Amino acid sequence: MSAATISSNTILSLPDQRTASMPKRHYINNEDGMLSWLLTGDHKRIAMLYLFSITFFFFIGGAFAGLIRLELLTPQPDLVASDTYNKFFTMHGIIMIFLFLVPSVPATLGNFLIPIMIGAKDLAFPKINLLSWYLYLIGGTFTLAALVLGGVDTGWTFTTPLSTHYLNTHVITAATAIFVAGFASIFTGLNFIVTIHRMRAPGMTWFRLPLFVWSNYAASILMVLGTPVLAIAIVLVALERLIGIGVFDPTKGGDPLLFQHLFWFYSHPAVYIMILPGMGVISEVISTFSRKRVFGYSAVAFSSVAIAVFGFFVWAHHMFIMGVSNYSALVFSLLTMLVAVPSAIKIFNWAFTLQKGSITFETPMIYAFGFMGLFTIGGLTGVFLGALGMDIHLTETYFIVAHFHYVMVGGMLMAFLAGIHFWWPKMTGRMYSEPLSKLSAVISFIGFNLTFMPQFILGYLGMPRRYHAYPAEFQVLNVLSTAGATVLGVGFTLPLLYLAWSLKYGEIAGNNPWQATGLEWQIQSPPLTENFTEVPVIDYEAYDYERLERKHANEVTTVG
Amino acid sequence: MHISPVMWQFLTKWLANSALFPREASTVAPWADALYFFLVGMTVVGLVLVGILVIGFSIRYRKSVHPVATQIEGSTLLEATWTIIPLAIFLVTFVWGALLYFRIYNPPANSMNIYVVGKQWMWKAEHPGGQHEINALHVPIGRPVQLTMISQDVFHSFSIPDFRVKREVIPGRYSTVWFEATDAGTYHIFCTQYCGTKHSGMIGEVTAMTQEDYDKWTQESTSGMSLAQNGERLFASMECTACHNGTATARGPNLAGVYGSKLTLTNGQQVLVTDGYLRDAILNPSQHVTAGFAPIMPTYQGQISEDGLIDLVEYIKSLNSNYRVQQTLGTSQSDLAAPTTPGMVKP
Amino acid sequence: MANTIAAAHEHEATASHGHDDHHVSLPQHRHHFETQEQQREAGSFGMWLFLLTEIMFFGGMFFAYLLYRNWYYDAFVTSSNQLSVPLGAVNTVILISSGFFMALAVWAAEVRKKKQLVRYLILTTIFGLAFLGVKTVEYKEKWEKHHIPGASFDVHEFINPAIDAKTGKAEQRPLAPDMAQKTQVFFFLYFAMTGMHALHMIIGLGLLGWLIYRAQRGDFTDGYVAPIENFGLYWHFVDIVWLFLFPLLYLINRHPLQ
Repeated sequence: MSAATISSNTILSLPDQRTASMPKRHYINNEDGMLSWLLTGDHKRIAMLYLFSITFFFFIGGAFAGLIRLELLTPQPDLVASDTYNKFFTMHGIIMIFLFLVPSVPATLGNFLIPIMIGAKDLAFPKINLLSWYLYLIGGTFTLAALVLGGVDTGWTFTTPLSTHYLNTHVITAATAIFVAGFASIFTGLNFIVTIHRMRAPGMTWFRLPLFVWSNYAASILMVLGTPVLAIAIVLVALERLIGIGVFDPTKGGDPLLFQHLFWFYSHPAVYIMILPGMGVISEVISTFSRKRVFGYSAVAFSSVAIAVFGFFVWAHHMFIMGVSNYSALVFSLLTMLVAVPSAIKIFNWAFTLQKGSITFETPMIYAFGFMGLFTIGGLTGVFLGALGMDIHLTETYFIVAHFHYVMVGGMLMAFLAGIHFWWPKMTGRMYSEPLSKLSAVISFIGFNLTFMPQFILGYLGMPRRYHAYPAEFQVLNVLSTAGATVLGVGFTLPLLYLAWSLKYGEIAGNNPWQATGLEWQIQSPPLTENFTEVPVIDYEAYDYERLERKHANEVTTVG
Repeated sequence: MHISPVMWQFLTKWLANSALFPREASTVAPWADALYFFLVGMTVVGLVLVGILVIGFSIRYRKSVHPVATQIEGSTLLEATWTIIPLAIFLVTFVWGALLYFRIYNPPANSMNIYVVGKQWMWKAEHPGGQHEINALHVPIGRPVQLTMISQDVFHSFSIPDFRVKREVIPGRYSTVWFEATDAGTYHIFCTQYCGTKHSGMIGEVTAMTQEDYDKWTQESTSGMSLAQNGERLFASMECTACHNGTATARGPNLAGVYGSKLTLTNGQQVLVTDGYLRDAILNPSQHVTAGFAPIMPTYQGQISEDGLIDLVEYIKSLNSNYRVQQTLGTSQSDLAAPTTPGMVKP
Repeated sequence: MANTIAAAHEHEATASHGHDDHHVSLPQHRHHFETQEQQREAGSFGMWLFLLTEIMFFGGMFFAYLLYRNWYYDAFVTSSNQLSVPLGAVNTVILISSGFFMALAVWAAEVRKKKQLVRYLILTTIFGLAFLGVKTVEYKEKWEKHHIPGASFDVHEFINPAIDAKTGKAEQRPLAPDMAQKTQVFFFLYFAMTGMHALHMIIGLGLLGWLIYRAQRGDFTDGYVAPIENFGLYWHFVDIVWLFLFPLLYLINRHPLQ
């Protein structure tokens, strides 16, 4: 037993580093050569490919965020021209949403973990999984092409008729990128649903699934049903640009609001595609580090499904000031209020998972706490926007910007980082530096609040989003925000460095450094290509820490 | 710590000029702020509650003092509590928000009407008296003002944060918003819907002034022709009078008194004649043929600008007798109430 | 943590390739499925889900169709009357026949009759090609009449409809100029919907070629029928989309003069 396990402040237990070694055979060294990666069908390798690609795009998108904040340091439009600024926020939005947030947890952690968590050897369709990554890459390439050729300045929302008739930039290239990347996401979702339905190990009933699987399942439903609607909306925009037909053009009898309906029919559920898998990560992390099963398992599981179902019927709340009828405004506002409830349930269930637990504060847990705080703010400020009368003043201002960054960055990105830190030892077999990672978690948390809290105030003051220049009285808050973004940048760059470092120099993690219960922790790290040497048979529920204790006790007595 | 005096001066000036809360300059602003404070309160309470739970449990049940976790399945009672209480709060918010929405978007019957045309990248306000303004809007305080807005190109959004009002300005259809300014002063107008290159330049100032100042302003800035008079000229030059001449044998319906009335169309549909209806009927006449008339009117799509359409609409409105008399009496007065439309539903 | 290391070593020792062959397995059996039954179910479940996304994809256009048909009913009626019902009906029959042969092909694969399978697949392809041929004729006519939306779109014919030689009356009710402009919306939707449908047909025909090649090698007649079954689902889906398109586009109020 290493010294770490004796400490009462952590559950982290690494094998004795003097004698420990990496397993001889695992999915990373199973085959060699570039081709063995590029043609792989192994869900774990595809997950790693995805991880590298989304990290790449995350930092490109982040660089644009940095440029935006830099421009907004002063009220005058002095750093770049208006067109350039518009291209910055468009690229930031497109890259972050379609190339980072949507695939982030599902395509990396989900791809890696879902088959293992349900006791399968792989996803149902490994080739389609690989195809999904290639589609993602093609989408990414088109995005970069649009960027290199001169950019696109529609905003990520592609509002018609602006995007169809009034802009001279590479709209079609960007539209193709989103169309193709959309199919990557459809195929991921399809693969997950089939896998979860058909590939579960014997005894792995629906209510024995880890909550991470439930939340990814819910997100997959949204991907499969929502994304095609975006695809057709984008096709119509491209056709309208190409041959000038007028489905969205009021001068030809078209209705620009139709585009808004089609676009938000996907893009609102897309928010849940992004956040639901993150919620799954939080369930796993909080349970593990409080040594306790998730409070009200079925409530958390069903709330994911409820979010997925209600998520489809709230899209028009993006259009309250656009002249939807009073009746639909009322209905959509009411449904928006209802969709907030499952999120509230989840937050309280997580909080009560801590109760009477035995809590330790490793890096993933710090990120998870950050998530809970930031997501609570993000979620509750969403209620501001769902309330009809309040939405009038707040929509299209920095309040919206702050709200969705609290949900997407404060919620989703924190959850993603929690998940990466939690499963890193499993994915790579190595441990990163705990003090550094805790530091970066705290830096991110502080930087994040410093960046986006002032934006709530700016929003209530009325500062519109997507403004290149702004009245001087908004400057103080903008300077705070830019300062925060700098801190945030440091907080996000640190993990890149120490995680890369850990790949070679990190301590050997062993099979189950966190003493967690999931099936993925019962196999070697990094796992074998076929995950399990024999098909696991499940006769226990998820998060059964007592069973794990008993098993350990038995092992210790036999070995000792 | 030493701060240089220049720096110090700069800092104080900077902070003094910065705003943390918008002014309340319209009648709806206090109502909007009331809901805002309620929601801020809800957020703070929610956050503190979650914070207390998380931090409290973390201290109370940290591993060093509570080495062995007690497994708990869940608690239906607790879960029902935190389902029902947030639901109740959210439903209260829903009702409150809906009431506020109708307050902000339903103009009082006696509001005066000003037209706003948005285009890349400027706001053009047109007062019924013929005063035109670019990126500026003069309004009297203490009187409800309704804006009838339309975009000439892409989506824009007309926002006056200090009044807490905002509405999308859409190509192809009128949208309306109203406010009643309470304090004299100047306030920002922003376009809040991204509309292309100079989106952030599509800003202006609304000047709220006392009734006397406003009257003075209207007299000083009159162009000599009211909108209705412009419309009358346009009406004649487009040869609308050939059919809409009000005689018994006319091929088109008589337009006098038509505004605000209920029309029966050839397809049996009953419609209320509003600004938007008149505009549509000029552009897409075949969908708006009054019962008893033949569908012979040509379309004027692409032949009349949005400003021209506004002039025509104003002219047709002015054919409601008493409104016309007042208009012709003094073109300098732009604050005359538009004829009210009984039971008109503001979208 | 000696036990974890021991466990890891144990894993290495017992790590065996693939699965224990309890059951007779086909060469097409992928190693990550426990049984062939599981593989087959997963495949068809995946196909159904994919068809669900396809429904949503077409759904966007059907939604646009419903909206504009409500707004511009007269324009929709008149332009719909421009489409040739006989050609549309023939195409419907052709497509149903194609679907019928596809169903036979699935049956042939299930009863392991290679020759018949290949024959039915070829028939499916021929009827599919015939459908596209008829569609091309229809498109060509639209091209000649300047009914393709865009710069060269011509509404002349809708405002001044042709006079019937026998009766001396207009063949259909003339449209007001503003409504005539809206026929462009109909034709755009017509081309978008039938074009997207034709694109699905073309993709399907490509897949058919590949399936025929593999069927000739005998890949699908020794118990491995999943590709044929799943392609059958896709092909029937494409048929069904047409069964909605035909009445919605061709059969709007065919009595314009009454």
